[in-house]
Amino acid sequence: MEPENSTPPPPNSPPKQPAMAVRIGSMTMRNPVTVASGTFGYGPEYADLVDLNRLGAITVKGIGPEEHIGNPTPRTFETRGGMLNAIGLPGPGAQGFIDKYVPFLAPYNVPVIVNIWGKNMDDYGKVVEILDDEETVSAYEINLSCPNVKEGGSAFGTDTDSFSRVIELVRGKTQKPIIPKLAPNVSDIGAFAKAAEDSGADAISIMNSYPAMAINIDTLEPELANRTGGLSGPAIKPIAIKLVWDAAKATKLPIIGMGGIYEPEDAIEFMIAGATAVAVGTANFTDPSTVARVIDGIEDYLEQKGHSSVADIVGTVKA
Amino acid sequence: MKQEKTTVVEHHNFQGDYRILRMAAPEIGPLVKPGQFLHLLIPHLGDRILRRPFSIYKADTGGVSILYKPVGRGTESMIPLRPGDAVDIIGPLGNGFPALGNNKLPVLVAGGYGNAALYLKAKESPVKGVAFFGGRTAEDILCIEEFQVLGWDVRPATDDGSLGTKGLVTAAFDPWMQELGAGSGAQGVEKLELFVCGPNPMLKAMGDRAIKHGFTAWLSMDKNMACGVGACLTCVIKRRTTNGWEWARCCKDGPVFESREIIWE
Repeated sequence: MEPENSTPPPPNSPPKQPAMAVRIGSMTMRNPVTVASGTFGYGPEYADLVDLNRLGAITVKGIGPEEHIGNPTPRTFETRGGMLNAIGLPGPGAQGFIDKYVPFLAPYNVPVIVNIWGKNMDDYGKVVEILDDEETVSAYEINLSCPNVKEGGSAFGTDTDSFSRVIELVRGKTQKPIIPKLAPNVSDIGAFAKAAEDSGADAISIMNSYPAMAINIDTLEPELANRTGGLSGPAIKPIAIKLVWDAAKATKLPIIGMGGIYEPEDAIEFMIAGATAVAVGTANFTDPSTVARVIDGIEDYLEQKGHSSVADIVGTVKA
Repeated sequence: MKQEKTTVVEHHNFQGDYRILRMAAPEIGPLVKPGQFLHLLIPHLGDRILRRPFSIYKADTGGVSILYKPVGRGTESMIPLRPGDAVDIIGPLGNGFPALGNNKLPVLVAGGYGNAALYLKAKESPVKGVAFFGGRTAEDILCIEEFQVLGWDVRPATDDGSLGTKGLVTAAFDPWMQELGAGSGAQGVEKLELFVCGPNPMLKAMGDRAIKHGFTAWLSMDKNMACGVGACLTCVIKRRTTNGWEWARCCKDGPVFESREIIWE
């Protein structure tokens, strides 16, 4: 701007819009809102209903090394204020993802976070090896906490040693940001947050769905074919808020907070608890316009409170 | 596929416990093809968070209608809806019924209010054939006149015999099919093309007949859904492939499948 033009703005000019961009390692999100893995498919499923370029990032459904069939049905069950799921991570595998979904995602101007999972330690490395040359893949969320796959997933997420080893292994295979997704059912989330930081992670996601169960009282059978599943939706939000608050005290890593975000106020609460970014999950099923509403609502809140940047509210809880 | 935050235009009793809900849908209405469905976010559903899918009964440039019976928490919560009330719909969803094949004789088969999902097909079909509608009692057989006005030969069947043939819909269909089969060749059962919507046992019964007798049957499958758009993978069924099977999503890959595609569990 030329100096002679740098006069004060006229009194009626709108206030400057708050800065919404956040950084997760080397990845910049234009705003702090992504979607929770497994609730948004791979992108095309919601492209008619949601302007994908508005998102801070797209987080796709979990990708394993190979095609995977997932669990038998019933796979979900609605509960009060939430739902159980035991989908079992069906998907096309890493190469299938590249063939089937990368061509769709590439033209969008939005970072893509690929959620990766494995049945064993080596699987995580294989997925990253297959995906890492793809420019469209911006970051990896490491699923160490799926409650619905017997072979691995949550086992890695509830023991800090194997948790750290998976992160170190992935760290050794990529320069892209890596974001372990933490299990909620641990006695000390701070220990996992610290372990993630020490193992070279760029951020952490909190939380995965909470291990849960529902039983039909007439048939005496569990409502899910997998017998147990993960609880998501508004019912788990206060659990997730506390986990984010606990983790934020233990690590300097950015936290992507999620669990029952339905309204902008929910997302703001996560950020005040310590989350740098947030993910909308089950609410996508209820109302696909939630993501846009949450982004707009965060911006409105920052303006109302006179903040110049979304970073101003992160971790400001008086506790 | 669109999401419309819109309003109720009309809501009234239709017959017995059955009700018709019409909603303004200037964006969704014109896109609807026969056999597609809507995903409705029912207002005042309290702590239940998921949408509920409904077959589209009628659609035009101004709106969409569904025909339903209050049978559970979701549909019972719909009863107080009044014209002007806000509703949120996503649609049209699913692939719908394909166009009638050349030289085929269309047959509609429905159980209960499943025939609501067949009305647009009945209207669109260039040839009007026979419609077999089954239900518990006469009160459960809906819209007979509407299908007759379109030119369909409606043959009801009721469990209690209060209307049409006594028994399941197959009790009316089987003798008719056998009579037709006696003609064989171009006049035989091979030229039948069924469009079916109803409870699973009925879908399977018609699918079994299609395979056994060599005709086509398009079955509108009903499976619990969450997202409705193909993302969550809740509503999957086993679909036959050349070397085994795969999961197919009722919401996105269906809800209509040809009988030979389905592996029943």
